[in-house]
Amino acid sequence: MNAWIQAIINVFINPIFYKSTLNQSTPLILAALGGVYSETTGVVNIALEGIMLIGAFGGVVGSYFTGNPWYGLALGVLLGVAMAALHAWASIRYAGDQIISGAALILLAQGITGFSLVELFGKPGSTDLVRSIPLVNLGSFENVPFFGKIFNSLSPLVYIAFASVAFSWFLIYKTRLGLRMRSVGNNPEAADTLGVNVYNVRYFGVLMSGVFASLGGAFLSIGELGQFTENMSNGRGFIALAAMIIGNWSPTGAMWASILFGAASAFNDQLQSQGILHLATNTQYLFGMIPYIITLIVVGGLVGKSRAPSSDGIPYIKD
Amino acid sequence: MDKANKKDYSKYAVVMEKIVKRFPGVLANDHVDLFVERGEIHAIVGENGAGKTTLMNQLYGLINSDSGKIYINGAEIKIRNPNDAINAKIGMVHQHFMLVDRLSVVENIVLGMEPVYGPFFARDKARKQINELSKRFGLFVEPDAIIEDLPVGIQQRVEIIKVLYRGAEILILDEPTAVLTPQETEELFEILRALKSQGKTIIFITHKLHEVMAITNSVTVMRLGKVTGVVKTVDTNPRELARMMVGRDVLLRVEKGEAKVGKEILRVEDLHVNENRGLEAVRGLTLSVKRGEIVGIAGVAGNGQTELVEAITGLRKVEEGHVIFKGVDITNFSPKKRRDMGMGHIPEDRLKHGLVTAFPLYYNFILGKHDDPQFCDGEFLKMPDIKRFSDELVKRFDVRPPLINLLGANLSGGNQQKVIVAREISFGPDFMVVSQPTRGLDIGAIEFIHKTIISMRDKGVGVLLISMELEEIFSLSDRILVMYEGQIMGEVTPQETTTEEVGLMMAGHRLEDLRTQEA
Repeated sequence: MNAWIQAIINVFINPIFYKSTLNQSTPLILAALGGVYSETTGVVNIALEGIMLIGAFGGVVGSYFTGNPWYGLALGVLLGVAMAALHAWASIRYAGDQIISGAALILLAQGITGFSLVELFGKPGSTDLVRSIPLVNLGSFENVPFFGKIFNSLSPLVYIAFASVAFSWFLIYKTRLGLRMRSVGNNPEAADTLGVNVYNVRYFGVLMSGVFASLGGAFLSIGELGQFTENMSNGRGFIALAAMIIGNWSPTGAMWASILFGAASAFNDQLQSQGILHLATNTQYLFGMIPYIITLIVVGGLVGKSRAPSSDGIPYIKD
Repeated sequence: MDKANKKDYSKYAVVMEKIVKRFPGVLANDHVDLFVERGEIHAIVGENGAGKTTLMNQLYGLINSDSGKIYINGAEIKIRNPNDAINAKIGMVHQHFMLVDRLSVVENIVLGMEPVYGPFFARDKARKQINELSKRFGLFVEPDAIIEDLPVGIQQRVEIIKVLYRGAEILILDEPTAVLTPQETEELFEILRALKSQGKTIIFITHKLHEVMAITNSVTVMRLGKVTGVVKTVDTNPRELARMMVGRDVLLRVEKGEAKVGKEILRVEDLHVNENRGLEAVRGLTLSVKRGEIVGIAGVAGNGQTELVEAITGLRKVEEGHVIFKGVDITNFSPKKRRDMGMGHIPEDRLKHGLVTAFPLYYNFILGKHDDPQFCDGEFLKMPDIKRFSDELVKRFDVRPPLINLLGANLSGGNQQKVIVAREISFGPDFMVVSQPTRGLDIGAIEFIHKTIISMRDKGVGVLLISMELEEIFSLSDRILVMYEGQIMGEVTPQETTTEEVGLMMAGHRLEDLRTQEA
């Protein structure tokens, strides 16, 4: 028992835990923001998982062929937006079922990436290593005790994620466009009678979800390592959806929930690496459940208090 | 000829000329003419389906006419969409409010025409403009309140300000009083008078004839898509208007004899029930209903009536207290068991809880009795018996069209309600909970449903009637209980009370207090 307490303390006093939390949270924050954009305008987007995957793949492909990871990022976002556009087209233009469209896109993303992986790199499983986005070096800040170890050598995407939260909060709550987004997500009929173009605002929301979810995906592939592996998003799109819901569909709420999940995941990794516990390899599978157990508990405890936009998931059909 | 016409129309704020609008299978507007003078309050009355709202939706550009012309202040214009209407200074307050519940008053009012600083929404500018409008027309609202926290009467003010903010000179109000208490209605009328005195023109759609008499200058009556009468309000009376609306003489108030009250059949004791979010909706309510009487529960929607009904019929869990039916404590009985004991229920939402709209009528008629040996032979439904039974009910209750293979969804609201009433009565209940039985129905159907409820009472059935319509409560009830925030504010009889007194109780005043104030 003492070994466990010691191990847990070791995790919390180690700056690596905090750094890992930031890294694990970043893709969740970005994808959850994507969810916030889409659902604020009233379109449920479970395709986040697929968009992340295609964003991750696009990042590696772009970097591989140009040698410049920033072009990779651009390609990833482009593919993510294209995938979001498909979702928008099906669910806004044709008022299709948003869950079905989203599920189809997840499968589509898995198919495209799996197929192209073999076509482009000649083998299944994973791609070659490519250049990743360079980490941010903070210079002498590195020598600051504890904090230096946390903040030095983070991906610029970590900063972009947090900046995006602030940007999105302003956009949604303080601008004219944001007001229209919220009105369209809650009562599209009312917005329509006042001359707000419901369809255009919803297209905007869904396309923005493509931008952010694919950024989150690209972080997974070219944020640090520079490699794409099959099915790399590994359920993070769904965790991001949960974070969005727990965060009550607000950018800041989604951020805090994402950090919670990121911390749970980081905690799990760090605890397993504690030698004093003498863990058998199969126990890591049990530990791997920690973030998901936390999801269940938090969802059970908090979701009752959060409310989706009133018209979330309901296609708007003008008669 | 044309020029002469235009000259004639210059005193009119709105002229709609020979408007035709056809929907699949229905001629909704059949060469309708409408003349509204500038600065008057003009009523459009008619039964449901008469084409009133269709006509106004064309004036507001929500739908487009097949043919016909519209003149605003004497000049012909085309109105293709709401923006054209707004540009012509026409505003519409819809029957179902077009408000975004989660947004604030300010945000709702300026949506679509927001003042901005660059890309940013200029909330302070918006607030200032709204305060000016409120002051000018005596429409007080709290600009930063969230819509869903406001009572309906205030929400309606927000709708009116929204229209004024867009510079409307011509206001269309589609059944604005349907959701208001008598006091709120009176306040609305004050606002309308203030608007009129400032030169606004108001078109007022309604089917409540006493309101027409109270507030309007002239009336256009519609029936089945056609105009059946145009009169000055001072030259007419409710009886004449009703005849023009329905095409025959109607009883505006059903006649009923003395109640032959029997033994107590239902007692509710100190009942506590929660609403969906877990907040207490019924808070220690006690009531009793005897055989052969109609007990009416008056109140503004959302004061616990729905939860009370659901607790009595077994659709919602009781937190505390008892429901006693025929001397048996049925607090925890299933709905099925309660029905078997002789409790009938006409639910408030006929589409959600009354019918299976995707089922043909013959299935709808036996819902709840599907396992009765009369209709079911162990495992198999006895289709010929079911159909014979349904044919009888369709005839007896005059369901139109009398086709039992039609789906529930394909009937008009009045006929759907007849199906539900027919089913519940065919059970032979001793007690019936009747919730909002005539919501959205027209005068003819209301008359039928009211007569049916009274005849049930005369056969010794105890009836608990829940209605938001005070007219209905007054004309049917033998006793009236007024409900406010989950409690009974007082018990009165229609003979010894007034709508004002009941209205005050609906707003939260206790009968004792009102009576002592008077004394």
